[in-house]
Amino acid sequence: MPLFHARVQVSLRPSVLDPAGEATRAAAGRLGVSGVKRLRIGKSIELSLEAPDRATAQAQLELLSDRLLANPVIEDWTLDLAEAD
Amino acid sequence: MTIGIVVFPGSNCDRDVRWALEGCLDQPTRFLWHEERDLSGLDAVVIPGGFSYGDYLRCGAIARFAPVLEAVSAFAERGGPVLGICNGFQVLTELGLLPGALTRNRSLHFLCESTLLSVSPGDCQWLRHYAADERISLPIAHGEGRYQAEPDQLKQLEDGGQIVLRYVANPNGSLGDVAGLCNRRGNVLGLMPHPERACDPAIGGIDGRRLLALAIG
Repeated sequence: MPLFHARVQVSLRPSVLDPAGEATRAAAGRLGVSGVKRLRIGKSIELSLEAPDRATAQAQLELLSDRLLANPVIEDWTLDLAEAD
Repeated sequence: MTIGIVVFPGSNCDRDVRWALEGCLDQPTRFLWHEERDLSGLDAVVIPGGFSYGDYLRCGAIARFAPVLEAVSAFAERGGPVLGICNGFQVLTELGLLPGALTRNRSLHFLCESTLLSVSPGDCQWLRHYAADERISLPIAHGEGRYQAEPDQLKQLEDGGQIVLRYVANPNGSLGDVAGLCNRRGNVLGLMPHPERACDPAIGGIDGRRLLALAIG
């Protein structure tokens, strides 16, 4: 069965406060980089998935992203999918 | 009358809840391991605090798929009383039994302190022994208790009387000062404060007793 590699990027929705991102942004200033105007922390999830075809892989990854990897109440996600060599 | 207490790998308030119910309220309990599905003979279910499955990914995100929670969801749909405390509240939101989500405290601090709460019991079964606008003191202990929902959702919860517990002095940045939420039907309550830690006068107050006693009748 073909193997697909995927990366799911999960980010906090713009309306959700990110205090950890703000704390990190403040630390950037203490490092001497004062120009950081925005810093938001998300997650990157890499996975490999066996599926009969690309459409099935896409559908299963969308289900995973929407129901497990991200919580759509507070997070957005994007999906990059590639077939293994 | 027996109350089920869900135990996930990483739960750490399960024994406190048992002690509060059995030791302070003389109420029999049964532990429900996360792989169990049999809730027969139970009159209410408590999902206690802790770090279910390590809270990997998000608080409550993995617990939500535990076999026991399929049974708890069905129990709640039949009108069975379900109480989620702290991590249990986070689990209930991930499960979709309560709306919204609980996010990192605004201060980034883990908060472990007593909080004053204003009670609006409405139709919430769990709060039926409390008076409207009564103020009670319960301890909190969480790093991720800041309630988050979209403005229209929050308005709907306010209008529907579902925000049954509010912080008098908001400690964590929770929207709408939400400390506890009830579903519309009134049988599912989630709250960040710990009523089980306020049942014995020896450890600083008994304001949690009536909440846990509710299940008893």
